[in-house]
Amino acid sequence: MHYTFHWLPAFRALPDMLWGALVTLEIAVLSMLLGVFFAVLLAVAGGSQYRVLRAAASTWVELARNTPALFQIYMAYFGLGSLGIHLDSFPALLAGITFNNAGYLAETFRGGLRAVPPTQIRAARSLGMGQIQAFRLIVLPQMFRVVFYPMTNQMVWAILMTSLGVIVGLNNDLTGVTQELNVRSFRTFEYFALAAVIYYLLAKFVTLSARLMAWRLFRY
Amino acid sequence: MSILIDDVHKSFGSLEVIKGVTMTVEKGEVVSVIGGSGSGKSTLLMCINGLEPINSGRILVDGTDVHARGTDLNKLRRKIGIVFQQWNAFPHLTVLENVMLAPRKVLGKSKAEAQAVAVEKLTHVGLAEKLNVYPSKLSGGQQQRMAIARALAMSPDYMLFDEVTSALDPQLVGEVLDTMRLLSKEGMTMIVVTHEIAFAREVSDRVAFFHKGRIHEIGPPSQVIGNPQQPETVAFLKSVL
Repeated sequence: MHYTFHWLPAFRALPDMLWGALVTLEIAVLSMLLGVFFAVLLAVAGGSQYRVLRAAASTWVELARNTPALFQIYMAYFGLGSLGIHLDSFPALLAGITFNNAGYLAETFRGGLRAVPPTQIRAARSLGMGQIQAFRLIVLPQMFRVVFYPMTNQMVWAILMTSLGVIVGLNNDLTGVTQELNVRSFRTFEYFALAAVIYYLLAKFVTLSARLMAWRLFRY
Repeated sequence: MSILIDDVHKSFGSLEVIKGVTMTVEKGEVVSVIGGSGSGKSTLLMCINGLEPINSGRILVDGTDVHARGTDLNKLRRKIGIVFQQWNAFPHLTVLENVMLAPRKVLGKSKAEAQAVAVEKLTHVGLAEKLNVYPSKLSGGQQQRMAIARALAMSPDYMLFDEVTSALDPQLVGEVLDTMRLLSKEGMTMIVVTHEIAFAREVSDRVAFFHKGRIHEIGPPSQVIGNPQQPETVAFLKSVL
């Protein structure tokens, strides 16, 4: 038995796949923005004096970090559906990845916060800065450096996790488009190899631009 | 214009570190505070600018009660500069930015104004050549002088020094003391917590000897260091000199 490669149809489909890649990137970026927002809330809640808040934050973080991302996305789509909350594929995938991102990033932020010595705040306050000012001008920039690379990793993860959208019926992201092409032609290897190359390039693009940004931002 | 400390008590949990301290520092005066580790000297400085709350007594800075409920500490701290043992440079900012930050963000000065002040103060402490360098590239002594310039850029009326040479290599101590010597000559009001007895003797108008949370002896250096009256002072000086 042998298989004859037909690359031409795959290359013809490249524009469609690139449009799919754009959707992939869109979901990843949105899930990161939302993830950062919730991660900050989780990090704050995790250090709160109220037990309910601490427990809620820790449950979120534990579930996000210790269960498969696939299940988290499933829960957003079918799980919420059985509770009467029906999300479309796109928002369900976005919710699932956001949940995952927020869990991981909350831990990253907590670590980053702890990496800035309290004497820095003391020095800032002694110069007459208010609490918020000291946090914004002194703590946040230093914390940002600590969390920058873990955030980059999470962004790459987010891009790769979007491929799980196919299980909740998403058909216009890179994996979704590829899968549609596949079922029409059964050129599985060619289409998915090409898709893999695009994922690889997306991931590389993120890490390389992060490195460039870090070089510009962190001169100290 | 003075700092008035009136029967201040301060505890950390069940440990009372300041047990009723009373002293006054007049405008233009340099008062050194000496004493063993854990005698409450550094804590007193933190209480003066409100970084640490007190348990009883009061501290008045130019008549303002530091620990009163309605006191705007951020505003009060503008006129009290403090330099710490661990210099606490802001690592993400250049030397110039370190010094410019508070004048800009706290006093609301324009960038040009803040920069002019920062350059002046940094030149004053001998760091004119290091303006655009990050603190990690400076020696401990240079970082400490930068911290002094950073406090001075707020044009404070008082300067508090908390064992500013204790964490420095011996060969770097001199340059920091020189900077403080300069300030004292210019008439800056200073409270200097220090282990440098010779320095305290040279620059101070008065020296206070702290022991176990109390001032055991206070007076001109010729008395407290030159001719101590209390047995505790004698024992301490014998142990450090």
